[in-house]
Amino acid sequence: MFKSIYKYLSDIFNGVKTLLTGMKITGYYFFHPKEIITQQYPENRETLKMFDMFRGEVVLIHDENNEHRCTGCSACEIACPNGTIEIISDKAIDPETGKSKKVIDKFVYHLQMCTMCNLCILACPTDAIKMAQTFEHAVYDRSTLTKVLNKPGSKIMAGVKE
Amino acid sequence: MNFSIYDFTEFIRSIHFWLTGIFSPALADVIGLAIIGVCFLLFVTLLGLSLVYIERKVAAFFQQRLGPMRVGFWGTAQTVADIIKLIFKEPLVTKNSDKFLFNLAAFIVLIAPFMVIGAVPFAKGLHALDFDIGLFYITAVSSIGVTGILLAGWSSNNKYSLIGAMRSGAQIVSYELSVVLSLLTIVVLTGSLRLSEIIASQSDGWWIFKGNIPAIIAFIIFIVASTAESNRGPFDLAEAESELTAGFHTEYSGIRFAFFFLAEYVNFFIIAAVGATVFFGGWMPLHIGNIEFFNNAMDVIPPVIWFFGKVAALLFLIMWFKWTFPRLRIDQLLTLEWKYLLPISIVNILLMSLVALNGWHL
Repeated sequence: MFKSIYKYLSDIFNGVKTLLTGMKITGYYFFHPKEIITQQYPENRETLKMFDMFRGEVVLIHDENNEHRCTGCSACEIACPNGTIEIISDKAIDPETGKSKKVIDKFVYHLQMCTMCNLCILACPTDAIKMAQTFEHAVYDRSTLTKVLNKPGSKIMAGVKE
Repeated sequence: MNFSIYDFTEFIRSIHFWLTGIFSPALADVIGLAIIGVCFLLFVTLLGLSLVYIERKVAAFFQQRLGPMRVGFWGTAQTVADIIKLIFKEPLVTKNSDKFLFNLAAFIVLIAPFMVIGAVPFAKGLHALDFDIGLFYITAVSSIGVTGILLAGWSSNNKYSLIGAMRSGAQIVSYELSVVLSLLTIVVLTGSLRLSEIIASQSDGWWIFKGNIPAIIAFIIFIVASTAESNRGPFDLAEAESELTAGFHTEYSGIRFAFFFLAEYVNFFIIAAVGATVFFGGWMPLHIGNIEFFNNAMDVIPPVIWFFGKVAALLFLIMWFKWTFPRLRIDQLLTLEWKYLLPISIVNILLMSLVALNGWHL
């Protein structure tokens, strides 16, 4: 008897307590407008800073000497679930050893098929590619979305091995 | 004309004398009523427009968003744009629906809040209907609105509408009990149902402070039960978007949908107004006993501002509930009413009677 009355009353108090906890959180958000995460995009285009985790498109990292770290191993191509990446490789003579060696001719990236899943970046053994934070990808012609990521005249950085 | 922001009685009387000076007494009364009607129409329209905007803004800030920002400065013209869109939209009627009831329902839903808002005291003398049974009238008439909701659900020929309407009916029948019992708890102290006398009885302090613990319990029950009665979140089962698309007004479009929307927000305002009148003294400024200095300082603020300030505070509280709590299931909803709120409010009214008999209140 007393036990059930105690349970009835404690249920009420616990219920009210949890409700007040929720109200405390939303109340904190209401009175702290600095916590607002909405971006007023076209107005703040100049000052917009994207979030670190945002994935816009795949880029091949080039340094100031126009050198990249891609060995043409095709690990990203295999990892890609939609066939977004196509590596067209070529043979070149290694100046040090004089042996023939695989290098990339074209790193083709189909942006229109990419789902930004990040699997290619995880698969890359030499950390040659990364996700950029650009997002204004709208174009008038679909074919411009097929990009060649390695810059013309670029070559592989010395000392990068599979 | 002697206009005073503190007491509208003279102002209203002078308008009446001016009208009877020009027209015959019967015609003057009719014209007076028409003027009051137009005032209420304008007030309700402005209220609907501003409340929708405020609710969207408040909701956004509770959820770390900005809300409408594009139309006008900080989105202030957003609701005007919405209303213009709704007016020009085609009012569709579903196939095999009961056309007469379908059209009627939208009006019945809007009639109830219009009838109630006349009895709301805005300031001293600014009070269209002051009955001896004012509080009874408000609780009785405000539940006419559920007829419109039930008709809308029934006549739409849509299963979602019907389920939404039936849920709404069950909800209002249940929660009306708690609302009335919590209001009666204060009526035990005032001894009158006339709203002007309820306000006059709070001239030395509001009932929420004077009425001891039972008044506070009654206020909590009132705010919960009336939120449920107006079909607002977290009790918005009647239009649960994730389950019933839009509930009873699924099939309504254009201006008829706007009627439902407007009625919802006017009901929202009325709940806050009744709560402010009964528990927080309506337009009565904050007075503490007979401390002349403090009371005179509080009287400087006009009663209209006191009234709308209290209403705004209660509206904010109810919005806070809506944008924090998850929606209840139908069985949880009925459990809350019949197993918790109703027994508590019955015990509370007995407790209040005891307090009133022994004079424990201030």
